[in-house]
Amino acid sequence: MSNSTTSRGGGTQTVSPPREGPRTASGPTGRAPRPEWRRRLTRLDVRLSPYLYISPFFLLFLVIGMFPLAYTAWVSVHDWSLIGGKGEFVGLDNFREVLDNPYFTKQLVNTISIFLISSVPQIVIAVVLAALLDNQLRGRTLWRMSILLPFVVSPVAVAIIFGSLYGDRYGLINELLGHVGIDPIGWHTNRFASHVAVATMVNWRWTGYNALIFLAAMQAVPRELYESAAIDGAGRVRQFISMTLPMIRPTMIFVVITSTIGGLQIFAEPRLFDETNARNGGSDRQFGTITMLIYDFGWQLRDLGRASATAWLLFVVICAFGIANFLLIRRIGSLGGDR
Amino acid sequence: MTRRPGFLVYGLLTAFVVGSAAPLYWSFLLGSHTKEIAAQGVPPLLPGGHFWSNAERAVATIPFWKAISNSLLVSTVTACSVVFFCTLAGYAFAKLRFRGRGPLLVFVIATMAVPTQLGVVPLFILMSEFGWTGSITSVIIPWLVTAFGVFFMRQYLVDAVPDELIEAARMDGCSQIRIFWHVAAPAARPAAAILWLFTFMQVWTDFFWPLIALPHDNPTVQVALNQLQSGFFKDYSLVLAGTTLATIPLLVLFVLAGRQLVSGIMQGAVKG
Repeated sequence: MSNSTTSRGGGTQTVSPPREGPRTASGPTGRAPRPEWRRRLTRLDVRLSPYLYISPFFLLFLVIGMFPLAYTAWVSVHDWSLIGGKGEFVGLDNFREVLDNPYFTKQLVNTISIFLISSVPQIVIAVVLAALLDNQLRGRTLWRMSILLPFVVSPVAVAIIFGSLYGDRYGLINELLGHVGIDPIGWHTNRFASHVAVATMVNWRWTGYNALIFLAAMQAVPRELYESAAIDGAGRVRQFISMTLPMIRPTMIFVVITSTIGGLQIFAEPRLFDETNARNGGSDRQFGTITMLIYDFGWQLRDLGRASATAWLLFVVICAFGIANFLLIRRIGSLGGDR
Repeated sequence: MTRRPGFLVYGLLTAFVVGSAAPLYWSFLLGSHTKEIAAQGVPPLLPGGHFWSNAERAVATIPFWKAISNSLLVSTVTACSVVFFCTLAGYAFAKLRFRGRGPLLVFVIATMAVPTQLGVVPLFILMSEFGWTGSITSVIIPWLVTAFGVFFMRQYLVDAVPDELIEAARMDGCSQIRIFWHVAAPAARPAAAILWLFTFMQVWTDFFWPLIALPHDNPTVQVALNQLQSGFFKDYSLVLAGTTLATIPLLVLFVLAGRQLVSGIMQGAVKG
């Protein structure tokens, strides 16, 4: 934050010289009026420049962003092999085959289950953490940086590290559970346990990040509101529930939507958590996800048609979840906020 | 809130920070013991003296330095490209008036919500057509611009550059590109630095697309770690020493620029 203010000052400084220099030269008392062709050139410059500035972005984005999305639909209605290329038009056959595939349903359920186990506790903990950070702490910046540490560890590395922590036989977690008298848990073999393990990886990496986002929103709440609430006799917990939470609702929607888009595409964590040779998410795909199915169809079974159909289905699921989450949060927020 | 926090707040925060750091320590710890000790479960809680020998074994089993230099190249090139093109477009959206500005901006925001990862199949077909699969180009191209970058720079520049300043420069006969270069670009610098950092990290940690596009002998760091884990998952001291070593570059970045990362996240949140 402090960063931006200093720089804005800096920006103004760099600009002031041209402002004073040329102006006195070409001002009303200055030289003769500019020739017609130069005026026209200036007008052209003003009119065309904006398009010139946005065109590199749009051109590149069309090729690498929009074209692939649209073309996915085209590939999905054809027989399309990774090696042989495009084959016959098959209509919706690819979609039918994917939907009939038992792994699709299973991996869709896994994806949603992992997503729920990761995002719900993550958001709750992030909000609490943000509330803790929203105090006059000693060493503010250091605390904020410390909770962000996991964010710089790549999902691949996270999955490898947690794969070891969650080792079925010799992992640290089972060892610790043993000390309190709990039998070892089959973190890789048990379906629900494996979802919990994968969800922990996501939570570990993202909770601090989201806490900082919530913290920013909390700091935007005017401090006088808290003071007057305190005078009215509202305790800190009460203040938090009936003032802070409703006021950070837009941020909540933002976090939920972005974590939905990211969470439903989860790939690296479950793939690296798998220690079987197939690497499809466990021996019975008990923690395989939809994006892993796209990879399996496309680059292991070499069927780009079915991979594309799966990608579109995932897109539909993400949209449905995004909209559902949005409506849900808005409802919960208004129940708590308006009374 | 205004009150000074008590012991409880510090205690909870400390617990959380310990939890954040513990897995990294575990990775280093197992990586610093011999294969035999690591295979027996929980090792002594102080590091052993075998980190470098384990790391050397890891470096020898995968194309480690190739992976590091590939990742550095890909992340640096894409971060610079994103910053340049997105600042240019963000400036146009923030400060210049032109037909179609509103709808085009809405389009940019809408595409931010569309996971571009879903276009991997056509992207792969496209790269094969151009003969780029297997080369590092195929990993650079998809990241050259991002919709988020345009939106981020636009949000920043709206407030950072006063309209009067642009108007004044124009009156003085500055061409548009000179205004951009001498007025907007200096003002955009802090936001550009943050965008650069985030793009660098995102590309460095990306896994799905590089796994598809790159062969075994020309990997990025993430793809190389994947090879390490799939080949030697029984030898955790080797795998975790390699993983720790591969995490060091971003840890260095974190130490140098963690402050900027924090303020970047908090700014993006307020405005996004």
